[in-house]
Amino acid sequence: MKRNWRDFRPPARALAIVPPFAWLALFLLVPFLLVLKISFADLKFGVPPYTSLAEFGDEAMRVTLHVRGYVLLFTDSLYAGTYLNSIKVAAVTTLWCVLLGYPVAYYIARSRPGLRNLLMLAVILPFWTSLLLRVYAWVGILRNDGVLNGLLMWLGVIDRPLEIYRTDLAVYIGMVYAYLPFFILPLYATLVKLDLRLLEAAYDLGARPWQAFLRVTLPLSRPGVLAGAMLVFIPSVGEYVIPEMLGGANTLMMGRVMWGEFFTNADWPMAASITVVMVLLLLVPLAIFQYGQVRQMEQAREGLR
Amino acid sequence: MTGPSRTLRGLALGLGFSFLYLPIVCLVVFSFNASALATSWSGFSLRWYGALFDDQVLLSAAWLSLRIAAASATAAVVIGTWAGYVLARMGRFRGFSLYLGMLSAPLVLPEVVLGISLLLMFVEMDSLFGWPGQRGFFTIWVGHVMLCMAYVTVIVQSRIRELDRSLEEAALDLGAAPLKVFFLVTLPLIAPAVGAGWLLSFTLSLDDVVIASFLSGPGFTPLSPEIFSRVRLGLKPEVNALATLFILLVGLCVVAAYRVQRRKETP
Repeated sequence: MKRNWRDFRPPARALAIVPPFAWLALFLLVPFLLVLKISFADLKFGVPPYTSLAEFGDEAMRVTLHVRGYVLLFTDSLYAGTYLNSIKVAAVTTLWCVLLGYPVAYYIARSRPGLRNLLMLAVILPFWTSLLLRVYAWVGILRNDGVLNGLLMWLGVIDRPLEIYRTDLAVYIGMVYAYLPFFILPLYATLVKLDLRLLEAAYDLGARPWQAFLRVTLPLSRPGVLAGAMLVFIPSVGEYVIPEMLGGANTLMMGRVMWGEFFTNADWPMAASITVVMVLLLLVPLAIFQYGQVRQMEQAREGLR
Repeated sequence: MTGPSRTLRGLALGLGFSFLYLPIVCLVVFSFNASALATSWSGFSLRWYGALFDDQVLLSAAWLSLRIAAASATAAVVIGTWAGYVLARMGRFRGFSLYLGMLSAPLVLPEVVLGISLLLMFVEMDSLFGWPGQRGFFTIWVGHVMLCMAYVTVIVQSRIRELDRSLEEAALDLGAAPLKVFFLVTLPLIAPAVGAGWLLSFTLSLDDVVIASFLSGPGFTPLSPEIFSRVRLGLKPEVNALATLFILLVGLCVVAAYRVQRRKETP
């Protein structure tokens, strides 16, 4: 007789499920609800530096929702511009990760198994060293007196240093660099599982290699591309460290503006409003990512049967 | 793969890998540079390594970071493995989507979101219960556990799915209690994944700037925020020296792990 977890008393099952659930609820869900709450508060001197929403007095509870943060977000063109710019930066980063990462993942997946593992190790290896330090390395490369400009001037390609450091271009380079492994990993996992007999069938039926790629490989790798793109796009939108280190003062991104409101202006309600809108903007890509994950899991489960 | 695709393959892999490794090579090379400018080569020197080991602020920040990383990696592995097991073996239950969503959220959400939300919760908790008071080790630890456990869950649950279920079923049929089955059958089988999760968590915790900045209090600055506040305004050669030591250590660990794995696979 086969027995598994489902046959046991519900309490045992619940006991196994509840603790991680409770931990996540306490340290993820509750904090986020608090951000939502504080985004409707107003600035106040003291600790904590924001007003409470509900006040009791004269046997009445007054709930005051301050929408200053949200009004500012939607009327001040600085904030609207920041949101648009963050999405633009994230989208361009994602696009470049796809363009650079797809060929790499594709050719690794088509290598001999031994070489394949070694190459994947090489993709993951930089991931194990500090990202902060690797982004810092780009400062030394991209500066006006840096390695890249030195090399290009020595080669005689240019006679004046290129202004890359502290521009949007530097941010793109840093972001693509940081997120490329996140794109390659899920895509590789999809490509390596691809049934090669399908390609052989396509060749047998007279498809040219590029036709087989466009009509067999590419459509079948879509879940991997989608998962990778979301893993790049969503965190990119709120990235703070890379634009701060490589970008100019006018490279406005949500993470940076929120950081400034919080640490420099000590305006916690405003920072909370920016965060809430950021998460709301990310809900659609998050839902796509989640949907892909659930589907993959269900397929894996069906595969077991 | 013949003809043009071999050229294409070389080009794609060459380009991709040089992009990934160029900054690392530059870091290492310029850590041995005699000049303080750190961008033009002016001779071999170990002076930055000397400067690094004289820097008390950096060293104590590093010690704090190592302790936080070890503590958060351990907790993240416990909770993350637990969550991964639930995800892989418990089937569907009520609130499954919420569970999955909460598990994958820290994986993709920008770190600033995680940082500010936890900070606001600690501030609120402090004004309600008078606890946890000053921000420091504990608050950073919670933040890092939240950051890392999602990675552990992903690694562990995919490993559990690959496991042969009949091993656990056999143990259950022979009368072992579920908890005993987990510790005596499942856990040893997924140990490599758990180990990888611990190492990854350790690295992530060491590396994190954003969450640690939100959740650290006065006198409690871990290594990464300290480095970040130094390098955001320009180049600091002693940081190159630190990076080189770090890369060397990680490289040695990975090569050793790879050797061990190879030996296991080809007995």
